Amino acid sequence: MKILARPVSKGVGEGPLLISEKPISFLGDVDPKTGIIINKENPLYKKSIANKVLAFPYGVGSTVGSYVMYQLKKNGVAPAAIINENAETIIIVGAIISDIPLVDGVRINSLKGYTYAIVNAYEGWVHVR
Amino acid sequence: MYLTNEEEKALEGEFGEALEKAMRILVAIGEVYGAERLIKISSAHISGVSYKTIGDAGLDFLQDLASLGAKVRVKTTLNPCGMDPIKWRSLGIIDEDFAKKQMKIIESYTHMGVEPTLTCTPYYISNVPKYGEDIAWAESSAVIYANSVIGAKTNREGAPSALAAAIVGKTPMYGYHLEENRIGTEKIIVKMDLEDPADYGALGIYVARMNVKVPYFVLDGKALNLSIYVKYLGAALAAEGSVAMMHIEGFTPEWNKYKHEFSDKIIVEKDDIKEIFEEKSCEDEEDLIALGCPHLSVEELRGLLKYRPKRTTWISIGMDMYKAHKDLINELERRGYIIAKGTCFVVSPIERKFKVTATNSGKASKYLPSFCKQCVILRRTKDLLVISDENSC
Repeated sequence: MKILARPVSKGVGEGPLLISEKPISFLGDVDPKTGIIINKENPLYKKSIANKVLAFPYGVGSTVGSYVMYQLKKNGVAPAAIINENAETIIIVGAIISDIPLVDGVRINSLKGYTYAIVNAYEGWVHVR
Repeated sequence: MYLTNEEEKALEGEFGEALEKAMRILVAIGEVYGAERLIKISSAHISGVSYKTIGDAGLDFLQDLASLGAKVRVKTTLNPCGMDPIKWRSLGIIDEDFAKKQMKIIESYTHMGVEPTLTCTPYYISNVPKYGEDIAWAESSAVIYANSVIGAKTNREGAPSALAAAIVGKTPMYGYHLEENRIGTEKIIVKMDLEDPADYGALGIYVARMNVKVPYFVLDGKALNLSIYVKYLGAALAAEGSVAMMHIEGFTPEWNKYKHEFSDKIIVEKDDIKEIFEEKSCEDEEDLIALGCPHLSVEELRGLLKYRPKRTTWISIGMDMYKAHKDLINELERRGYIIAKGTCFVVSPIERKFKVTATNSGKASKYLPSFCKQCVILRRTKDLLVISDENSC
């Protein structure tokens, strides 16, 4: 299935699809060294976001979250791409400084049941299967 | 979003990687929030300075950006860091590793041309915007002060977006840069006296919890030292409820600029505020008394000469204030106050030494339990100190 999306941080990325219905705070929810979700409240607890396509509604928490995304990238454990319902400043800035492709305008519910995603954040679409 | 030729070139990387990155941040934010174009700013103020808050992640990013040759194009000042950069050893909570990394963060900023003012009240000395100017400020207490008390225009920037705006010298035109978003949304009638920073802060917390957007205050009771203490009201509104702008009838510069009726009118009385004090009244005795959130003004510093500390008392001020009023600050130090300059008790790791903090700041009472694991007491200034027998000169 192909879904139209708004490109926010340019690039192309693909990988296994990870979905969190809950918003994510990169500061506190994710270990910057391993890319593993360390917040027990998050549905992706103990899973690694490294080289996955990560879908969640929007970012929350401290603006330091942008820097955590940068550190994930430098440590080679950043997501391959991010899909948001509504991108906000923390995730936008984090994606741009870390060169992570980011699109928004996609309902997280519409991705359920799919396991793999290709994100094109030049043309603005997501292909899931 | 419309971009000029020059801006297009910057976005394509013609003027280097640092400017390209900064431009990409601004354009992406502008497009998401529906900005028409970028507008020039007269100054920037950047948060995200303490090693305690930004950690190795932030340090990494700032060092990389500085090494790309990033330079700010407008006056840019810096928020408090995690320690007194001169006297950090004597405060007894900072180790060598923390100090080394903290100094590297400050060096990365100064390398980019940012002034290391290390203050959350840049509007006193170092960075004083004029009415109507567009600026890009981070630090929520300074944002609400600049919008409301000065009448400058800024959104609530985060650390990296304020830095990007400083590097480009522009910011996307949306939010509080547009008049329609600056209009009061709820009328708050305050039927009580405000006599101390703690009263203003408690009021801010109470009102913020009603999910207000741009509160319009009518102060029916006494409002002691309003022009000095208004920052405590703003800081508490911003910390507790993400508020970026307020009006105070007869006081703030835009209070009668937008004529309209309010559908929501809320009355706040003394008993409402009492609840806030009761909630923030740790049962244990304090081991630290903390003043200066936001950083103290020179009038407030002079006012402290009337009192003396009864136990360990930190006073937080900016480096610019310290340099401008050294004699006054030395005198306060002689009287037993501990001057924590360029830092504050919220962004410094005070939990290494203290467990219970008493403060007159609503904002600090919100953040101390989470950021510094403190059991917190919100109390009026005169009850935190004792009257001095020395001449208050």
